Amino acid sequence: MLYREAGQFKSTYAADQQIFPIRQDRIAVTLLLLVAFIGVPLFANEYWLSAILVPFLIFALAALGLNILTGYAGQLSLGTAAFMAVGAFMAYNFVLRMPWLGVIPSFILAGLCASAVGIVFGLPSLRIKGFYLAVATLACQFFVLWAIQRIGWFTNNSSTGVITAQTIEILGHTFDTPQSKYLLTLGIVAVLALLAKNLMRSETGRAFMAVRDMDVAASVIGIPMMKTKLLAFAISSFYCGVAGAMYAYTYLGTVEPEAFTLDLSFRILFMIIIGGVGSILGSFLGAAFITLLPIFLNVFFGALSHTFGLDISHAIVSNIELMIFGGLIIFFLIVEPHGLARLWQIAKEKLRLWPFPH
Amino acid sequence: MNVSFFFEVLIGGLLAGVMYSLVALGFVLIYKASGVFNFAQGAMVFLAALTFVSLLERGVNFWLALGVTLAVMVVLGMAIERVVLRPLVNQPPITLFMATIGLTFVLEGLSQAVWGSQPHGLELGIADVPMQWLADSTGMFISQFDLIASGVAAVLVAALALFFQYTRVGRALRAVADDHQAALAVGIPLKNIWAIVWAVAGFVALVAGMLWGARNGVQYALTFIALKALPVLILGGFESILGAIVGGLIIGASEKLAEVYLGPMVGGGIESWFAYVIALLFLLVRPQGLFGEKIIDRV
Repeated sequence: MLYREAGQFKSTYAADQQIFPIRQDRIAVTLLLLVAFIGVPLFANEYWLSAILVPFLIFALAALGLNILTGYAGQLSLGTAAFMAVGAFMAYNFVLRMPWLGVIPSFILAGLCASAVGIVFGLPSLRIKGFYLAVATLACQFFVLWAIQRIGWFTNNSSTGVITAQTIEILGHTFDTPQSKYLLTLGIVAVLALLAKNLMRSETGRAFMAVRDMDVAASVIGIPMMKTKLLAFAISSFYCGVAGAMYAYTYLGTVEPEAFTLDLSFRILFMIIIGGVGSILGSFLGAAFITLLPIFLNVFFGALSHTFGLDISHAIVSNIELMIFGGLIIFFLIVEPHGLARLWQIAKEKLRLWPFPH
Repeated sequence: MNVSFFFEVLIGGLLAGVMYSLVALGFVLIYKASGVFNFAQGAMVFLAALTFVSLLERGVNFWLALGVTLAVMVVLGMAIERVVLRPLVNQPPITLFMATIGLTFVLEGLSQAVWGSQPHGLELGIADVPMQWLADSTGMFISQFDLIASGVAAVLVAALALFFQYTRVGRALRAVADDHQAALAVGIPLKNIWAIVWAVAGFVALVAGMLWGARNGVQYALTFIALKALPVLILGGFESILGAIVGGLIIGASEKLAEVYLGPMVGGGIESWFAYVIALLFLLVRPQGLFGEKIIDRV
């Protein structure tokens, strides 16, 4: 009843090409951003901010990066965690060795370093695709982690390989409370998400999708294959790199190379499968789902053992969690290959008609 | 350079490669028959080994435990075909690949939820000691266990080859591998064939799991060997049983040689990625692998 575009006429091309062409959508997004930027820091407690919302935002950014590569450009990657590791450790080194640079430029440079690594390991994509490419990105995953562990420069010769992120200071303001860290993360994620949304609506994004849907046809109509694929790798790794840098700086504080194992890569791949492959919104939905599921399960099993007096050990819960993850992946691939984002879209279409049948 | 040491490393590597081949074999079987790249093979190896060793520890007779585990693997293979593969028929291969990643998590969670996640030792009655007569005569230390393992692998491959070549089911499997539609047209029941292939892959997983388990203990790390089988497949080609063997030998040998001779120069530990980099370089030169079929998704 409320959600419909009847009566909203577009008189300019610019109005027609907006990201959210429907007024109700614009209002909803504005409200959401207001709540996220003002409401949440005011009312959320420390646990919610630093243990749920910050990792959610960071994973959403990493999932967004992988979604650009896998969902839009159609190149499967299992090396997401490696790109995040490059971002985290390069950000550490930039802040450490060039302190005059400032934190934000360091993050950007770290992202660019991740891009460079992404381009190198994206080169095989010019000749192969599908799971052959997955093996190539697997090589990246193992090689990068090995290099960070073995080469002392990356960890500033820390004997255990653990680095402690420096305090974030931007323009004289120190970000050390959970609220400020959350706001910084949210700000970066919001800007990058907006950029990604616009990029995917532009010529570049359309070229990515053409390559994904049929690469031969794409090259016939004049899309440069090499440039497009490598650009997809570069942009995707940039996002993952920035996400990795924030993983170290605003979430964990101290990280070791082992934090970026293949498991993390899979976890992010799961986010985009569950959230929706080839959808910006899907990256956020998937990240929220995967971040919240373990917490929900813990609470659920806790309540279960409390009411029935069963003793369910932590190991069992984590194994059941694994099974549920895997089961959900298979379920989504079979039932709804476009994930939660598609469900949301269907809901919106239904809402437009509601309560009338046509 | 010490020649006898070189050969010792080389043979050690080749024998380790046999173990990789065993895992790769499971991949090849499924890929040949259904075109599915089964990422869950490692989890199947883990599940088989864990079930077997847990039954043994509960005092079940060796052969009975073997039979029960085999039955579990066969039932599992059929269940996977029914629940995961059949609804996904005609989906792009990459979707199936991701589904098997999901399957990996299900199997890992399942096996640990049922049997617990502590590592087990597995005793097959074969001592992992160097053979004295060889050490005396040539000065090389080669484990008896590795030799027996490669003997088992050879028997397994020979048995599979005979099975594929001379039995009715084997011929049907090859027909399905060549062309699904043509196989259906001449009346080969595709669904049964897939169930059989997954069951055979489960059997191969059991053998691989027993040997790896006896060598390194049955623990979660076992699932990582599946990842090592990927470069083996790239090298040998996805459709070739011979390729899986040769690829495994090459990867095993070059990995060990690199670790011993190149490792010290760069700080060691290169075993973790060397195989992948070989595979990566190989992909650029010959993407179909040594023995793979020429048709490949080239860009």
